Amino acid sequence: MPVSVRAAPFEPYAEVASHQHAVFGASGQFGATAVFVGTMRDFNEGDSVQGMTLEHYPGMTERHLETICATASGQWPLLETLVIHRVGDISPGEAIVLVVVWSAHRQAAFEACREIMEALKSQAPFWKKERLATGTRWVTGNTAGYPASKS
Amino acid sequence: MITLKLFASLAETHGWRERERTWVAGTRVIDLWCAETGQSGLPARVLCARNMDYCPPETPVFPGDEIAFFPPVTGGSHAR
Repeated sequence: MPVSVRAAPFEPYAEVASHQHAVFGASGQFGATAVFVGTMRDFNEGDSVQGMTLEHYPGMTERHLETICATASGQWPLLETLVIHRVGDISPGEAIVLVVVWSAHRQAAFEACREIMEALKSQAPFWKKERLATGTRWVTGNTAGYPASKS
Repeated sequence: MITLKLFASLAETHGWRERERTWVAGTRVIDLWCAETGQSGLPARVLCARNMDYCPPETPVFPGDEIAFFPPVTGGSHAR
């Protein structure tokens, strides 16, 4: 159930393939793999965004990501999870976050992947600072993940 | 000793990221914020953590603790 916070760009689908091979090899015990990739947009709140810097709290961030994955593993019958999150200077089009869940069946994989991502967004200490043509600004909120009735 | 940390916009606003202070018996997290910033209370949009766990501002502080203050995480709101 590894979590990783990285300053260097990563290729999310290569990470999925290599981790799956390392953990499961050629076995067929998993029947469902749910993957979420968050990618940096080049727009926000009506402005063109040239890049951003993502700050985190070393130690606390990793601890919360591990807790989030452990909680999901207690809630659904998961075989494996993988979370990779970028920090530092990020350009539009680069992957920011990867959440992968392997399970025997799709319901657990879909639901756990969603829940891990939503918990990450609301609990893990990350802070975004956007670079605009006019300067920089801290992002103070986020787009809704769940419908308003559930959030 | 105790270690104090600020992150993100708070670090920029106050001009420091980390400092150490001598522990004083009876100190709470909110007391540290007020002593370091000169403010009379913790603003609504400032969160705090003791030893890397979210905590209420009234949490007691002990020798060796790491106390951090930061804005709400970018992912959304976090009730403290």
